[in-house]
Amino acid sequence: MNPATHIPWIASYLWLIPLLPFAAAGVSALLPQRCRKTSAGLAIGVIVVSTLLSFCALAESILHGLEPHAGRTWSAMQTHEVWHSLIEFTWFNYGTTSLKLGFVLDPLTAAMATMVSLVSALIFIYSLGYMSRDKNFTRFFTFLSLFAGAMLGLVVTNNLLLFFICWELVGLASYLLIGFWYHRPSAAAAAKKAFIVTKIGDTGFFAGLLWLYHATGTLQFYTPDHTGALEQVTALAGLPGIMGLSLAGTIALLIFCGAVGKSGQWPLHVWLPDAMEGPTPVSALIHAATMVAAGVFLVARTYPLFQASPQVLTLVAWIGAFTAIMAATIAVAQNDIKRILAYSTVSQLGYMVMGLGVGGMAAAMFHLLMHGFFKALLFLGAGSVIHGCHNEQDIFKMGGVKKHMPITFWTYFVGTLALAGIFPLAGFWSKDEVLTAAFRWGGGLHKGPFVLGCLGVFLTAFYMWRQVCLVFLGEYRGGKARAGHKHVGQEEAETHHETAPGVPHESPAVMTVPLIILAVFSAFMGFSGLPEHANFIHHFLNPEHAPHVVNWFVIGTASALAFAGLGAGHLLYGVKPLAPDEPDPLKAKLGKLRDFLRDKWYCDELYEATVVRFVRIAAVVVDLGDRLLDGVTVGLGLLARGVSFFNFKFDEQAINCGFDGGCGSVRVIGRCFAALQDGRVQSYLRLVAVTAAILAFWFFLK
Amino acid sequence: MDENSHILSWLTFTPLIGAIVIALLPKRNESAARGVALFASVLALLEALSLWWRFDGAYAGLQFVEQTPWIAAIRVDYFVGVDGLSILMVLLTALLTPVALLASSPIRKHLRAYYALMLALQTGLFGVFTALNFFHWFIFWEAGLIPMFFIIKLWGGDGTERAALKFFLYTLVGSVALLLVFQAIYLATGTWDFIMLRDLAAGGGLAPKLAAMLQQAGIAITPERAGMLLFFGAFLGFAIKAPVWPFHTWLPDAYTQAPTAGTIMLAGVLSKMGVYGFLRILLPIFPHEIAACATPLSWLAMLTIVLGAFAAIAQLDLKRMIAYASMNHVGYCLLGIVAVAHAAGGASAHADWVNEKACALNGAIFQMFNHGITVAALFMMLGFLEERTGRRGLEDFGGLRAVAPVFAALFGISAMASIGLPGLNGFIGEFMIFKGAWPVITPFAAVSLIGLVATAIYLLNFIQRVFAGPLNERWAKFPDLSRRELLATVPLVALMFFAGVCPAPFINLTNTAAMKLVMLFQPAVQAVSRVTGM
Repeated sequence: MNPATHIPWIASYLWLIPLLPFAAAGVSALLPQRCRKTSAGLAIGVIVVSTLLSFCALAESILHGLEPHAGRTWSAMQTHEVWHSLIEFTWFNYGTTSLKLGFVLDPLTAAMATMVSLVSALIFIYSLGYMSRDKNFTRFFTFLSLFAGAMLGLVVTNNLLLFFICWELVGLASYLLIGFWYHRPSAAAAAKKAFIVTKIGDTGFFAGLLWLYHATGTLQFYTPDHTGALEQVTALAGLPGIMGLSLAGTIALLIFCGAVGKSGQWPLHVWLPDAMEGPTPVSALIHAATMVAAGVFLVARTYPLFQASPQVLTLVAWIGAFTAIMAATIAVAQNDIKRILAYSTVSQLGYMVMGLGVGGMAAAMFHLLMHGFFKALLFLGAGSVIHGCHNEQDIFKMGGVKKHMPITFWTYFVGTLALAGIFPLAGFWSKDEVLTAAFRWGGGLHKGPFVLGCLGVFLTAFYMWRQVCLVFLGEYRGGKARAGHKHVGQEEAETHHETAPGVPHESPAVMTVPLIILAVFSAFMGFSGLPEHANFIHHFLNPEHAPHVVNWFVIGTASALAFAGLGAGHLLYGVKPLAPDEPDPLKAKLGKLRDFLRDKWYCDELYEATVVRFVRIAAVVVDLGDRLLDGVTVGLGLLARGVSFFNFKFDEQAINCGFDGGCGSVRVIGRCFAALQDGRVQSYLRLVAVTAAILAFWFFLK
Repeated sequence: MDENSHILSWLTFTPLIGAIVIALLPKRNESAARGVALFASVLALLEALSLWWRFDGAYAGLQFVEQTPWIAAIRVDYFVGVDGLSILMVLLTALLTPVALLASSPIRKHLRAYYALMLALQTGLFGVFTALNFFHWFIFWEAGLIPMFFIIKLWGGDGTERAALKFFLYTLVGSVALLLVFQAIYLATGTWDFIMLRDLAAGGGLAPKLAAMLQQAGIAITPERAGMLLFFGAFLGFAIKAPVWPFHTWLPDAYTQAPTAGTIMLAGVLSKMGVYGFLRILLPIFPHEIAACATPLSWLAMLTIVLGAFAAIAQLDLKRMIAYASMNHVGYCLLGIVAVAHAAGGASAHADWVNEKACALNGAIFQMFNHGITVAALFMMLGFLEERTGRRGLEDFGGLRAVAPVFAALFGISAMASIGLPGLNGFIGEFMIFKGAWPVITPFAAVSLIGLVATAIYLLNFIQRVFAGPLNERWAKFPDLSRRELLATVPLVALMFFAGVCPAPFINLTNTAAMKLVMLFQPAVQAVSRVTGM
C-alpha cells in the first residue's frame, strides 16, 4: 500500500502536538511574573489537548493494523512491514535542491507521544501544588511548555535534522530547569555541566547527521517513494566508513554518541545525578521519564542503521549492560532520595540501551514506556515525601512516613515493586522482555550482558527496598537534626514555609491524584506486553521480528533475584528499623567498597583530573601562545615605527607630499584631533602612498 | 527594476551627508549631533530596506548597477552594484549602525566628531560592499579604517594607545599588500574592474598576463608563481581584516579598548569586510590559486575556530572573551569558503558537489549576517554592563538575573544564538557550513566541531558567573534595561528568532549568486587537480 494515497486526518495534524506547547511557551514567556494562573492554565490546557491528540494518533495507528481493506488483520500485523504515514514540507532551498522536513505517524511515534504527553500532563498538574509558592512560578511553566513542545517535536518528526533541533531544545529546557533556582551555585553548576556533557555527545550526533545527509542526500527517515535515509541502509552498509566499520556502522556509532550523552550512559552519565538540583517535578519529567529516554528513542528510530552493523550493536549492548550494573551499585550506597532514583534511572536506561544492543528494539521501547510511568511515579512520590518532610532529602533523616502519608506510601510501594520487576507489575513484563532478548543474543561472551543484567535486577530490588524501609517504615528520625541541613532544598523551604516543622504531612490532592493515576498505569500497563500469545506491543512496534516464546528460565531467574534483593534489603533495613543517627549497616558489611560506591566510582574526580584539566591547560596554553605571537607582532610594529619615522623625516625634506591634502580632510572633520597631530598616523598613510608611488614609478619606467 | 534610481549612491552617501551636517553644527548645538546621526542612519536603513524589497534574489547577476567613467586616464570607473554576495552585508551595515548609535550614550566628549566619524564609517562600509572597481573600493576600504582608528583612539578605554596602534599597523600591512597586488594587476591587464578580472581569471588568462608583465620588468617567473604571489598579497589583506589565525593579535586589544559602539561596528561589520574580500576577490579572481592552497587554508580555518574558542575559555575579561568568540565564529565562514575552493572529489555515493558547496557558501554568507547580529547584541549588552558598573571581569558580578531578569533573558538568548542553538539564527549558518564542508574537507570539519563544544563552555561559564549564583550585594541596585536599551536590543533578538526559524527569505537572496560562484569554480577546480595531480 502506498502511504501517500491515504493520510489519516491525525497524521495531517500531527504537527499540532508539539506546536501547541511551543506556542504556549512563547506566549507565557512574554507574560509578566504576576500572571501565574494564566501561565499555568495555558500550559496545562495545551498539554491536555496534545495528550488527546496523541491518543487519537495511537488509536489511529492501532486501528490501522485492524483495517481489513488495507489487507491487514490482527495477525497480518506480523507481516514484515512497518506502517508509516508521512507529511513533508520544504524548509528552505539551496543550490538546486531543498531541505525538507516532515512528520511521521507510525506505531513508534504514537506509543511514545502518548506516554510523553500523558506523563507531562500529570506532572504539570502536580507542579501546580509543588511549585505553588515559588516566585518564578510563571517562568517554571514557560520552561515546562518549552520542554513539552521540544520533546513531542522529536517524537513526531520524520527528519533527523528536525530531530536534532528538538533534541537540542530539550537540552536547553533541561538546562533552564536544572538551573531554575539559579541563585544556588550548585544548581547553576549542575545546569552548565548537563549542557556541556550532553553537548559533547551531541557533537558526535551532529557529525553522524552530516555524514548521513551527504551519503543519502536526505535526512527524512522515510519518504513516500522509499528513498528515505533509513531506506537506503543496504547501500550504506556496503560502503567503507572509519575504523573498519561500514559507513552505516560509522554513522550509527556517531549517532549513538548523542544517545550516550542524553541518556546518561557511561562514560557521559556524570551529569544526570547532578541534574537533581532541579525542582523534583523536573527530575520526574525530564530526567527520568522522557528526555533522558530520548537517546533510546533516537536509537530505536534509526535502528536500521544499527542493525546493519553488528559491531556497533555489540558495543551498544556492552555499554548498556555496564551502565546498568555500575549505576545500580552506586545507587546502593547513596543517601539522598533523589540521587538514588537518579542512579536508578541511569541503570534502567542502561537496560534499555542493552536491549537495543542485543537486538530487542521493541523490548527496549517497551521498557522505556513502562519505565516512564513508574519512574515518574517514584520521583513524584519522592517529591511528595520531600514536601511532607519539610524539604529533607536524606533518607536517614526520614522513617515512619507511611503512617503520615498513606497515599504517597502506597503509590510509592507500587512504583518500587514495578521497578524491582515483581509480577505482575509493569516492570516485570518489560524487564523480562529485555533480559530475554539479552539471553537469546548468543552464547559465550555474548551472555555477558544477560549476566550483568541479572545482577542488576538483584541490586535494583535491594536499593529500592532499602529506600522504602528507611523512608516509610520504622519511626520518624527527622526533626531535630534539621538545622544542619537547611541548605538542602533551601528554596523548597522558602516555598513551603507555612508548614509547621515536626511530623510529616500528606500532600494536597493536586499532588496525590497524579500519583494515583501513575500508580494505576504502573500496575496494569505491563499487560500490553504479555509474552507468549500475540505480544501486542512487540508486534505493534516492531512487526519485522517474530514473537518469541516465553523463556521460563529467564523469568524464573529474574524473579528469584528480585525477591532475593527485596529480602536482602529487608534483612538489613526492615527487620530492625534504624534509630536516629545510627550509621548505615552497609558500611560494616562492605567496608572500603562502600566508600568507592558512595563516591560514584570516582568518575567525577577522574574527569576533573583528566578532561577538565586538559581543557583548562589547553586554554591557558593557547592564551599564552597568543600573547607570545602578540609580542612578536608588536616588536615588528615598533620596527616599522622606526622605519616610518625615518621615512617621515625623509618626506619632510625630500618630497612635498600631496598626501597632506588628503589628511587635511580628516582634520576638517575633527578640530579636536589636535592632540593627535604628532605625525604618526599621517606618516603611515604617507608610507602607503609613497610606497605605491615608488612602485608604480618603477613599473612605468621599465 | 529601475536601474537609474541611483539608489546605491544615495544609500552610500546618505550617512556622509549626515556627517557633513554634523560637522557644520555650531558648537553650542553639539547635542543635536546625536539626533542628526540617528536620523541619517535610520534614513539609510529605510533606503537599504527598500533596496532589499526591490532586490531580485532569483537573478544571479548584479543589480542596481551604476557605472560611469571617473578617472579616464587610468580607466577608473565609478562602478557599483549589489548581488547575493553583498546584499546581506549592506543590510547588516544599515541595521547595525543605528543600533551602535543607540548604544553610544556613554560618549560624553567631542560629540560632533564622534557621530560624524560613525557616519563616515557607515559610508565607507556601504562603499566597500557595493563598489566593483578596485580603485574606489580601496578608497572606501581605507575610509572605513580611518574613522575606526580615531574612534578607538579618542573614545576608547585605558589601553587605547597600544590598541589603536596595533589596529592601524596590522591593517596598514594588509592595505599596502592589497594596493600593490591591484597595481600589479592593473599594469598587467589594464583594468581595476572586479567583474572583468573575474571573467579573465575564469578563462585562465590572468596569471599568464601577470607573469608576462613581471618578465617584462625583468623578473623571470612562471604564471603559476605569479598568480600565487599576488594571491598571497591579497589574502594577507583579507586575512588580517577577518581576522584569520595567526594574523589576529590586533583583535582582542582593538575589540576590548574600543567604545561599545566601536566594538559593535568592528565585530559586527568590519570583520565581515575581510570575509567579503574572500567572496568578492579571492574566490572569483584567484580561483586556481585558492584551490591550490585549499589544504593550508583549511588548516588556518580550523585553527582560527579551535584556537579562538580555547583562547576565549582562558579569558577573565568579558570583552576579551567575546572578542575571541567573534574570531571563532568568523572562522566558520572561512571554513565554508575554503570548502568551496577545495578540489572535491574521490569516490563517494553521491557526487553532488555543486550542491554541497553551494550549501557551504550560502551558509558562510548567512553566518556573516548572523554573526553580525549576534555579536553586536552581545557586545552591546556587555557595554550596558560596563556602563552600569564600570567593570567587566568574569568574577566581578554574580546573580544579576535576580535584579535584571530581562537583561539576563536577552543576554541568554544572544549567547544561545552564539552557541548555535537551533531555533536561533546561528544554527542555520553553522549547519549549512558544516553540511557543505563535511564531505569536502572531512577531517578539518570534524576537528572544527570541537569549537562548538568550546563555545558552549565559555558562554555558559559567562552566564553562570555573571547572572547565576547568589546576588553580589554590591550590585543590588543594578537597574534592568531601560527603554532606549530595549529599543536597541529587542530588534536584534527578534531577528535572531526570525532568521533561525525562517531562514528561507535570507537564503533565497544569496543562493543564485552563491551558485554562480560555485559553478564558476567547478571547472577551475578540475583544471587545477589535473595540473597538480590531486
